[in-house]
Amino acid sequence: MEVLVYLVPLAITLGALGLAAFLWSLRNGQYDDLDGAAWRAITDDEPAEKSS
Amino acid sequence: MESTVDFSHYLKSAGTGLLHLDLAVEGINCAGCMAKIERNLSKIPDVTSARVNLTDRRLALEWKAGTVDPALFVDRLAELGYKAYPFEPASAETREAKRAGALLLRLGVAAFAAMNVMMLSVPVWSGNVSDMLPEQRDFFHWLSALIVLPAAAYSAQPFFSSAYAALRARGVNMDVPISVGIILALATSLFETAVHAEHAYFDAAIMLIAFLLAGRYLDQNMRRRTRAFAGNLAALKAETATKFISDDEIRTVPVAAIVPGDIVLLRPGERSAVDGSVVSGRSEIDQSLITGETLPATAVAGSAVYAGTLVRSGALRVRVSAASEGTLLSEISRLLENAVQSRSRYLRLAERASRLYAPLVHATALLTMIGWLIVGATLHDSIVTAIAVLIITCPCALGLAIPAVQTVASGALFGSGVLLNSGDAIERMAEVDRVIFDKTGTLTLPELDVANAASIPADVFNLAGRVALSSRHPVAAAVARAAGATAPLPGIEEEAGQGAFGVVDGVEIRLGRPPWCGADEAANQILQNDPEASVVAFRQGETRHVFAVRQRIRPDAATVISALHRMGLTVEMLSGDREPAVRAAALTLGIHQWRAEVTPVDKIARIDELARHGHKVLMVGDGLNDAPALAAAHASMSPVTATHMSQAVADAVFLGEQLAPVEAAVAVSRKARRLMRQNLWLSVIYNLLAVPVAIAGLVTPLIAATAMSGSSLLVMLNALRARRNGEPV
Repeated sequence: MEVLVYLVPLAITLGALGLAAFLWSLRNGQYDDLDGAAWRAITDDEPAEKSS
Repeated sequence: MESTVDFSHYLKSAGTGLLHLDLAVEGINCAGCMAKIERNLSKIPDVTSARVNLTDRRLALEWKAGTVDPALFVDRLAELGYKAYPFEPASAETREAKRAGALLLRLGVAAFAAMNVMMLSVPVWSGNVSDMLPEQRDFFHWLSALIVLPAAAYSAQPFFSSAYAALRARGVNMDVPISVGIILALATSLFETAVHAEHAYFDAAIMLIAFLLAGRYLDQNMRRRTRAFAGNLAALKAETATKFISDDEIRTVPVAAIVPGDIVLLRPGERSAVDGSVVSGRSEIDQSLITGETLPATAVAGSAVYAGTLVRSGALRVRVSAASEGTLLSEISRLLENAVQSRSRYLRLAERASRLYAPLVHATALLTMIGWLIVGATLHDSIVTAIAVLIITCPCALGLAIPAVQTVASGALFGSGVLLNSGDAIERMAEVDRVIFDKTGTLTLPELDVANAASIPADVFNLAGRVALSSRHPVAAAVARAAGATAPLPGIEEEAGQGAFGVVDGVEIRLGRPPWCGADEAANQILQNDPEASVVAFRQGETRHVFAVRQRIRPDAATVISALHRMGLTVEMLSGDREPAVRAAALTLGIHQWRAEVTPVDKIARIDELARHGHKVLMVGDGLNDAPALAAAHASMSPVTATHMSQAVADAVFLGEQLAPVEAAVAVSRKARRLMRQNLWLSVIYNLLAVPVAIAGLVTPLIAATAMSGSSLLVMLNALRARRNGEPV
């Protein structure tokens, strides 16, 4: 059971990292345009120059 | 002649040497538009960033200062087929957005804490029945406390502060039992942990907070979205004023940039956006919006002009005394403020229930404790059981039941082109059994259109359209629009009350009243066939043409009306228009009940009469004279083009050329009401099942957590069904 000494802090650290990632994404405006983000994933990266 | 809008009011600095501009863009509705706009605008040299927000239908632009004229962006968007207007978020919108952001932050903290605590709780739950050492269990409980206590202290603040405010005002709201439940659960858990007991409720407490915050966030986000949309509408209406920046130089600026003391120019056909007094000029003015007086008055130097005044014949210079409070944006803001106040009836029901709920729950918990004491349980066990009752009755599902459905339903309505003005509109619209339509501007398109375009040669049409650009008369505007004219002709002058004239290639051209153009005969012929049309004549040298301008019926009106019939609604048309016109429209649309030449008073009388017979009326109308009828009806809708005031009183506004949103509004509302009821019942059933278990003292932390998340999920999933038949048509 001594393994808990490592595992529990590790788990809590991972949880805290997750929270930090969420806070970062929130501050970064990742939730500002949920509709648009859904579509951006499937549009082409480089625009086709010929026609639009 | 045309002065472009001065953008300086809207430009913001975005770091060193960069400028930022927000545009509200009309017509963005798919991913393709987004890609097209971003691609094309990024191609402009010196533009560093062009990003479309599809949710809010806005475009954020950044470019290097001094190199690009912002008007170029608007022009480029126009070439792509989008109308764009600069836009400045109203302070109310920013506030709502901040609130939604703060709630999301708290929700995130609570949800992460809940997840991590679960990781500790699951071993305890399974360890309690197997071989976990008491020391290990205590260790896990202390760890849970370490995570939950700070997380709860932060994320539950909205509940605590609201409960505190209610208690200070000597009232009770739903947040009081919630706060009491949370605090007691945490305190007991801490105590139990300290005395090495088997059960702690840290997980249930933080989960409760997370679910409740989810409900609050949904509610807030819906409000934020409505606000953002209202902001766009106001920007698209482009409320501008023509301001003198020197004695003879004018510039078009947004109304928001006008301050008292400025001198503005009001041209014939313009509606004043400000209050002020006339400095010079003479004109007939129409004050009917303000005073209700339909006869025009004459304004001379010294006369007062109010926001909403229509200038009819001549140009006026006006000194601004008060920048307008009556702008569309302030009106919509005020409205939404009201909508927020007049919360949905079911929400009010929930609030009323909470007044009963708090004492009931606390009494039940107290009785449970006393009951167990009488039966002979220890004081400690009795208290723990009582607290389990408090936790299990915390209105998790109840708190989500209504906001979840409202969010999904208003999202579905939004997709169909309906914007809700008032919070309880969904419930009231679901109850209607009768729809009354106004004709002009509602069943017909608000803008005039040239009816006989096919019989006029294209080159004549084009030329007439370009002449028409110089006039502000509504009929001329219709000709210009129908011709697709964009370039006004030079040297066109306007003769008051007659029309516009000028010289092109040495030939005199005139566009105006038929007698003035010598085209009486052709005009009378058109009027005989089509008495509703307005006519405007065009004369170029000796050739004369007459345009018949009239309102067109919305393209899908007949389909929508038969769909409404099929939904079991009685459709009626009340119009102030003349009888032949109304009869013709009724015949085309398949409306059997109609009345013509109805005054606003008659409309209200009719609605009252129907209400007395137990009918619930949905009034769909625009125009000022409909405003009282809209207010009197059980529920109401206006097209977005409607006069400000009728939009202000309507429960919902619909967009676009189609009438289909009216059908969608009723259909989605009915479905949403059914789901709200189901959800309320689900929450009641949950309590009926869970409370006896809790009173019996059988609720372990595991059961509390499962019951709470289970019921909340059920309610959420049920709410999602509101989306199903509300997709855009």
